[in-house]
Amino acid sequence: MSRSERPPIGETPQRSLTEKIGKDLPRRYRAEKRFRRLGLAAVIVALSFLVFLFGSIIGSGYTAFRQTYIELSVTFDEAAFASENLAAADFPGLVKQSLRSMFPEVRERSALKQLYRIVSPSAAYTLQDMVARNPNLIGSTQKIWVLADDDVDMLLKGQISSEGEEANRRLKDNQLAWITSLREQGRIETRFNTTFFTAGDSREPEQAGIRGAVMGSFFSLLITLLLSFPIGVMAAIYLEEFAPDNLWTNIIEVNINNLAAVPSIIFGLLGLAIFINFFGMPRSTPIVGGLVLTLMTLPVIIIASRASLKSVPPSIREAALGIGSSKMQTVIHHVLPLALPGMLTGTIIGMARALGDTAPLLMIGMIAFIVDIPGGVTDPATALPVQIFLWADSPERAFTEKTSAAIMVLLAFLIIMNAAAVILRKKFEIKW
Amino acid sequence: MDFPYLLLLLLLLAIGAYVFGTRKAMAVANAGGGIRSLHSLPSHYGALTVVAAVLPAFCIAILWQAVEPSVLTGLLRAGLPPETQGLSASEFSLIINDIKNVVAGNFTPGADQTAILEAAERYIELQDISDQLLTGIVLLLAAVSTALVYRRITVRLRARNIVEGVLKALLILCSAFAIFTTIGIVLSVLFEAIRFFKIVPAHHFLFGLDWSPQMAIRADQTGSSGAFGAVPVFAGTMLIALIAMIVAIPIGLLSAIFLSEYASERLRTIAKPLLEILAGIPTVVYGFFAALTVAPLIRDLGLHFNLPVSSESALAAGLVMGIMIIPFVSSLSEDVLHAVPQSLRDGSLALGATRFETVKNVIVPAALPGIVGGVLLAVSRAIGETMIVVMAAGLSANLTANPFKAVTTVTVQIVTLLVGDQEFDSPKTLAAFALGLVLFFFTLFLNFIALRVVQKYREQYE
Repeated sequence: MSRSERPPIGETPQRSLTEKIGKDLPRRYRAEKRFRRLGLAAVIVALSFLVFLFGSIIGSGYTAFRQTYIELSVTFDEAAFASENLAAADFPGLVKQSLRSMFPEVRERSALKQLYRIVSPSAAYTLQDMVARNPNLIGSTQKIWVLADDDVDMLLKGQISSEGEEANRRLKDNQLAWITSLREQGRIETRFNTTFFTAGDSREPEQAGIRGAVMGSFFSLLITLLLSFPIGVMAAIYLEEFAPDNLWTNIIEVNINNLAAVPSIIFGLLGLAIFINFFGMPRSTPIVGGLVLTLMTLPVIIIASRASLKSVPPSIREAALGIGSSKMQTVIHHVLPLALPGMLTGTIIGMARALGDTAPLLMIGMIAFIVDIPGGVTDPATALPVQIFLWADSPERAFTEKTSAAIMVLLAFLIIMNAAAVILRKKFEIKW
Repeated sequence: MDFPYLLLLLLLLAIGAYVFGTRKAMAVANAGGGIRSLHSLPSHYGALTVVAAVLPAFCIAILWQAVEPSVLTGLLRAGLPPETQGLSASEFSLIINDIKNVVAGNFTPGADQTAILEAAERYIELQDISDQLLTGIVLLLAAVSTALVYRRITVRLRARNIVEGVLKALLILCSAFAIFTTIGIVLSVLFEAIRFFKIVPAHHFLFGLDWSPQMAIRADQTGSSGAFGAVPVFAGTMLIALIAMIVAIPIGLLSAIFLSEYASERLRTIAKPLLEILAGIPTVVYGFFAALTVAPLIRDLGLHFNLPVSSESALAAGLVMGIMIIPFVSSLSEDVLHAVPQSLRDGSLALGATRFETVKNVIVPAALPGIVGGVLLAVSRAIGETMIVVMAAGLSANLTANPFKAVTTVTVQIVTLLVGDQEFDSPKTLAAFALGLVLFFFTLFLNFIALRVVQKYREQYE
């Protein structure tokens, strides 16, 4: 600064600097505020995605927990049961007959076909089960609630419209008229959808349930748990307590960290090439699914278990060693019990991830259409997330709500598992 | 005897061995100067006897299970009529399948298939023999090795050292599983990929611009000889990952900065777990959300502005994938921001910088390597993500940068090429493994760099 530019006496340079800063301050504060708002907005946007996601799933799925039933009065005509073999009796015919007797004015063949279509094909099996359980029904007339067809169900839930061009509608005018008349007679009812929780997969939406998929997931996860928990814990114990700091240990650690980030579909390729093609294990079975998920879950469990072992203070180990226990006894008798809650928490979180994972199961063929409910680890099965994927691909409108409902069940399982992990952590957490 | 029962038998043997071993140790001790004269605890002797009883027998049983199917098939083949023996491997495996189905009772052969019925009976017979043989061998082995160890139990036997040595070997074996898995992955994708590259040259695959893996079934079909230029597939993957990162990086990073630098304790304890819920939702749910809600929304918006938007647009898949990755970016960056020492923050604030200036000029530059590492991990996640793109992205390989068009990705192609196909000699299914190879090594590369960067960065401030 040259002499001539020096400020007059009385005004120190300090003050002009303050002034300069003061001039700038509003702008800087504005920037500060803007940034703060931006951050808040980011959090709000992220959370609103969450709300939007849950809203859209629940909004399109909650109706699936109720299902429409139609009351028929069926006459178990003795003539229909002439044969000894019960399964040979014409149960679909009985259903049709009862529908005809309700709407005697329908005569035309095409109209009759439409009439039969308002009741689910499963109605015949309902009748068959009833007669098989109680043969005395033969000859009597019974009022029986049977499943309505999925289109009727969708109509009553307001998900398909009764307006517009008839040719473009799933339900035709006369079908709408019959449904209205049935409703007026109180012969149509919606009830809690037990089929959804007790049945396996089906091509007919009204008969499809998640039981088979849930059991498939259960068996797969059982295998995963039985293998990945002991192996993961033992690997973590070795790496944390025994492993010398050498190349081999380093290789293992780098491997574990990398495996934790390998895309899950790659594990599916591994399962397909090694377990199915090389070892000749059966396709589509929970045992292969469980093995693949084990390999996927192992890194998660190992990393969590190591963190848990690390949090046990060295004083515990020193005390045990000091009174003469061997290294192995120290770990098994003293360190492991203290680290176990943390390991269990990690395992539950790993299992929750395994429950939600779909891609590797597609690779090993757990995507087949399987109606039967699997009874063991070697029965062909699908899994809950794969069932969701399969239903999401189905064109029928009624499968959309089933998909959403299955997602709600899956999320409920995940929430329970994660809540269990949190509770476990809270309950057994030790602040050293 | 069935395998599960055999395991149960081994368990019973183990319990028995434990009791006997412990008793023998006590007896030896009492005879020779009391329990203090024993080298190890009595339970160690028990454990040693258990190891002797179970370990060799168990190894044999596992080995047997692995070898049994191929030996049985070989024996079966020798017993089949000569005209069947001349069949090719794939045709022969079909016959074996038939036989196994007959054994399982899933399939009843026709009258002209007596050979299969006979073979099935033979199969059952062979399996019975094999099972009995296994049971016998396992029991014998367990008995012999138990007896050997049992006899050697004296006060000076160093049982604890041996048992702990075995246990440690088991621990090492378990930790080596990570290496086995990696080797398994590399081998499984590599072998099939090499077979693929024998049919389709590697440079065609890596640099070719045309992807249509559908092969002609008959020789006289035209137009579909299969083209395996994977560039459009890679480009589609990159496009969707790019869209995802455009969504996830700003939102994730800003939320991380807000939550760690600005938010009150209360807001943080509520918002953080909620964000983590986003990370815990299965990807198949995001896929359904993308296909059912987001894609139609974007298409309708596009119609509104007279834009031709495909119903399987890259935008919908990328957007939803971005949402999925937000918590990933935010939690990784938050960790990194936390690692920036408080002294840097205090220094900057003491100089009169506002918080925003502190974040912009001090914290983010200091945390940048860690943030970059986190972003790289997120990119690798986006590239390997499968279900969202399978459900919301397209199948046709378009080489385009237009986010409103349908593109396909590596993972989508792997799924479509492999689901439902059991043949492993066509380039179509082998192509999936070649794609898997590229995917594996690319994500491995990203992860490796990211982990190194993050680790280096952590060390810097520790």
